[in-house]
Amino acid sequence: MRTISIQKENGNPLVISAPFVDEVGANERADSFTKRSIKKDSKLSALYLAISMCDLTTLEGADTPGKVQQMCAKARYPVPPDLISEYLNKKNLSSIPSVAAVCVYPSMVPVAVKALQGTNIGIASVSTAFPSGQAPLEIKVEDTRFAVEKGATEIDMVINRGAFLSGRYQQVFDEIVEIKKVCGDAHLKVILETGELGSYDRVRLGSEIAMEAGADFIKTSTGKVTPAATLPVTLVMLQAIADHYRRTGKKIGMKPAGGIRTAKQAIHYLCMVNETLGSDWLTPDLFRFGASALLNDLLRQIYKEVTGRYYYDKAFSID
Amino acid sequence: MSLNKKMQIAKTFKLFIGGDFPRTESGRSFPVYRFKSKDIYANLCLASRKDLRNAITAAQGAQSGWQNRSAYNRGQILYRMAEMMEGKRSEFVDTMSDTLGYTSAKANTEVDKAIDSFIYFAGFTDKYQQLVGTVNPVSGPHHNFTSCEAVGVVGLIAAKKFSLSDLVSQIAAIIASGNTVVVLMQTEGAATISPLAEVMATSDLPKGVVNLLTGQAEELYTHFGSHMEVHSLSYQDTDKKILGEIQTLGVENMKRIIKPINDLKSLDHILNYVEYKTVWHPIGN
Repeated sequence: MRTISIQKENGNPLVISAPFVDEVGANERADSFTKRSIKKDSKLSALYLAISMCDLTTLEGADTPGKVQQMCAKARYPVPPDLISEYLNKKNLSSIPSVAAVCVYPSMVPVAVKALQGTNIGIASVSTAFPSGQAPLEIKVEDTRFAVEKGATEIDMVINRGAFLSGRYQQVFDEIVEIKKVCGDAHLKVILETGELGSYDRVRLGSEIAMEAGADFIKTSTGKVTPAATLPVTLVMLQAIADHYRRTGKKIGMKPAGGIRTAKQAIHYLCMVNETLGSDWLTPDLFRFGASALLNDLLRQIYKEVTGRYYYDKAFSID
Repeated sequence: MSLNKKMQIAKTFKLFIGGDFPRTESGRSFPVYRFKSKDIYANLCLASRKDLRNAITAAQGAQSGWQNRSAYNRGQILYRMAEMMEGKRSEFVDTMSDTLGYTSAKANTEVDKAIDSFIYFAGFTDKYQQLVGTVNPVSGPHHNFTSCEAVGVVGLIAAKKFSLSDLVSQIAAIIASGNTVVVLMQTEGAATISPLAEVMATSDLPKGVVNLLTGQAEELYTHFGSHMEVHSLSYQDTDKKILGEIQTLGVENMKRIIKPINDLKSLDHILNYVEYKTVWHPIGN
């Protein structure tokens, strides 16, 4: 058990402890979720559920308002136009859900707000000098304040990995607390960037710090670092969430992001969530996929499941 | 067993998908017998719908890269395949003699013809465009020319009656122009998948350009016919019912269905698998 002491803002001490992770065991356990056989109706429900959990993401330097608008249109109605008629003719297919949220840079939040008016789709904005997090705290706070004021309903912040890896856990904790204050009603997702942390022990410790500091969600990765989300890393974080729930009764959400491209992978994740945290977490309020390519594969597989044939890739938009 | 006695190492026959040699995901197999006997020569993979899907995905991924290679380079690679086949001649001959009962002379002739086919189409890769491309006379200040390009991913359901040289001709004609191909070898002669896949794997042929499956057309033809990423389907067998159904299924993406071809070594054979593109280019004054 790794134990660290943090001082809370009100001066009270806080002891955060994180058990060491059995790396081989975690890998094996995670691998076991890829062996489940989910077919037919169960598969179809899983595919629908996965769509409703997508945070459709574009985080490129080349993002333009046009691209964000296009993505928002897809977020509302994920089915490609030339397939709508065919989808509608099939039983059970008239109600393919919208995605949970779109995820963009702060400068694109106003565009997304306008494009998604009148829907329940969340607007997630990355912030705190995403993806590196290498900026002074004041700038990170301003970054977040801007996004919230412009209408972001969810904030995806990155932790200060430089501070974390050099053992300045207090600083990591304080930054999350500061950002949480600025968030107001917006949900706070804390990105650990597990690919840069180096070990499951650190992933576990990072999860504990983030949850104690006020995260509503913990998220694996920015998508800019390889490896991004993997099953074992997500499992370690899910276990941290489970322990946190047992201790405090508070349900923290989970968002694996980056590298989840196929419907099959998404179903592996859903199995893992179900078997680690229970079906309570199988809702977009507590589980999200940070992805862009995944949505197309989900639609493709739904089409296959219902019609028995494979559609062509060009029918689906690239982004 | 005495240490001096050489142990027989039997080969495991697998599929060839995306440059890899996977077993079928279904875990199914079918036996191939020695000619006119009940001795099992090998158990071959009975490819499933998912194997076909994976193969099509691999072919799709490889297609633009293959098409964008220079025609000359495609020719070099086809020629290399002929070289590799020459090197594996004895394996082809043995397999055909063992499972099909060919005499050594007949088997060798088949291999000769197959090698000739590779070389024939290797020569055509950078020449067929010149032969069929045209500059069209039009009224107005435009250059107008027609050239051909590959259709994309081609499915090839080989004939039940096996012929190595026919199969090689079909594969070579399809890939010569830049198509990629998913081949379903039916049960007779299917054991040649092993040396054939090894030829493909060792000829600098990019992964996924040729994918080889062994299995039953009856089980897979609807998936060949309905898959929207198969742009052309060559059905070299004679079952009228299957042909009719794939023609119907192919309507959805205007799949070109190619019926059994008689003249396998011909320019026309390549032209079965190309699309024509006509370009108008303004000349100005």
